Order: sequence, then C-alpha cells, then structure tokens
Amino acid sequence: MKEEATPKVLRTFPREKAFYFFTSVGNYTGESASSLKEFLDKINVVDVKALEFHLYRGDFEKWMVEVLEDKELATKVKSIREGNYSGITLKEQLYNIVAKHYKMLCSKV
Amino acid sequence: MKVKNNAFSLDAVDLKILEALQEDARQTYTAIGKSLGIAHSTVYERIRRMEQYGIIKKYMAVVNAERTGAKNITAIMTVYTDPKESEEVAEKLCKAPQVLEVYTSLSEELLIIAKVVAENQESLHAFIANYVAPMQGVLRIRTSIVTKKFKETQLSIVNSPQKLTPL
Repeated sequence: MKEEATPKVLRTFPREKAFYFFTSVGNYTGESASSLKEFLDKINVVDVKALEFHLYRGDFEKWMVEVLEDKELATKVKSIREGNYSGITLKEQLYNIVAKHYKMLCSKV
Repeated sequence: MKVKNNAFSLDAVDLKILEALQEDARQTYTAIGKSLGIAHSTVYERIRRMEQYGIIKKYMAVVNAERTGAKNITAIMTVYTDPKESEEVAEKLCKAPQVLEVYTSLSEELLIIAKVVAENQESLHAFIANYVAPMQGVLRIRTSIVTKKFKETQLSIVNSPQKLTPL
C-alpha cells in the first residue's frame, strides 16, 4: 500500500508529532505512539495514571484533531472523559473505543 | 600567579584577590589593595593576568528573580538515556534557553540532570513533551518541581571544599 493512498489517520508520524505518555507534568513514561495503531497498543502498556492524566487534560483529543486530523475519534474519546471513568474501567473504555474506530478505518482502506 | 607549560598556579595573594572580588566585584583596585595591604598597581596587574588566562571568566550581576516580579517555576529534571545517545541529548539540552544547568551522572544508569525554568507548569510540560521527550535516546524523564528554595550559591574561593570545616 502506497503512503499517498493511506488516510492520514492511519499513517506513521515522525517523532516530533508522536504522542508522548506522561504520568504527570514533566514525568515522561518512556512510551510514545507514532501512529494510531501504536497508540492503540500502548493503551494496554502504559501506566493507567498516564491515561487518566492525558484524558482529563484533553491531550488525546488534541493529538487526534491536530495530528491524526480525526475529529470523529476525538469526539468519541471526549465521551469517555465525560463519563468520569478511572483506573482499569477507563483503560478498557478507551481501548474499546479506539480499537473499534481503528477497525472501522481499516475496513475502508 | 605562575604560568608553566600553560598550567597556572595561584599564590596566596591571587587567592585573596579572588576572594575579595567574589565578595564584591565592583570594589576598586585601591580598596582591594588597602584591605590586603598591597599596592593597587599589584592588584590591577594580577587581575589583568587572571582575566587574560581565563581564571576570571566574567563579571556578572546576581539578580534576585523574585524581586523582579517574575513568577517562574524551577524544576529539576532527571533524564534517563541510552548511553550511546547521552552526550548528544546533553548537548541539545544545553541549547535550550529554559535549561540553566546540565550535568551527567553515572549511578545505576546513565542520567542527565538538568535545572529548568518555565513560566508555569503548562509551559514546563510543553517544553518537556515537545522538546525533550522526542529526542533520540531519551528513555524516560522524572521531573521535580521546586517548591521552596533554601539556598543557592556559586562555588567560590570562599566556600571551596578545601576550606570547609565540619559544622
């Protein structure tokens, strides 16, 4: 599959556009995601504190809109934030929503 | 001051002059000479040579940032790196104006310790997320925000380890 034919949301981005997971201000976990697929995989890898930190700051939505250019996914993620989940429930909700969205995008390619 | 094979050795008078300058770099050669019991021309000549040989690097004002109204935050950032990339990471950190000091340390792992200033927590986070974390070789980062400063000083002739005595 040629890169030009791949929708932007499914591309792999350079390091400066990757999503970097932090557990709090300035505390980088060492995990990053350069694509939506990698982001999906990292949801199950990173400390749940990092997911809580970024979700409630709106960082995921920001990255999805600004880098992936996928407003639909950002809106879905926002709905988790509004559900006030935490811990493992948050991790599962986030994973399920992103996985479903990723599957849907892949089926269109 | 004696110079032999490009190595310098300072005598007691040089050290006394440095000590006086570190206390107050704006005092005159005459005032220093008077307090040390030597001629002002000797003070001038010694200072000139110490400047020439880079023993005195520069004269600067020590600014009390709090009094200027600046509300910056200071953080100590520990950057864990791939040993092969640590030099490059440290050099890149040195280029950032937010980074005031950079050190490397060999404990269990190779670390870079850096002192960083930022306008607020948000800009500190943005700097680390957008500039530091994406650097090749950065494995993880731990940042501690300074909440209260008890002491800040420069190592000087006055407080050099050789002169310290136990409390």
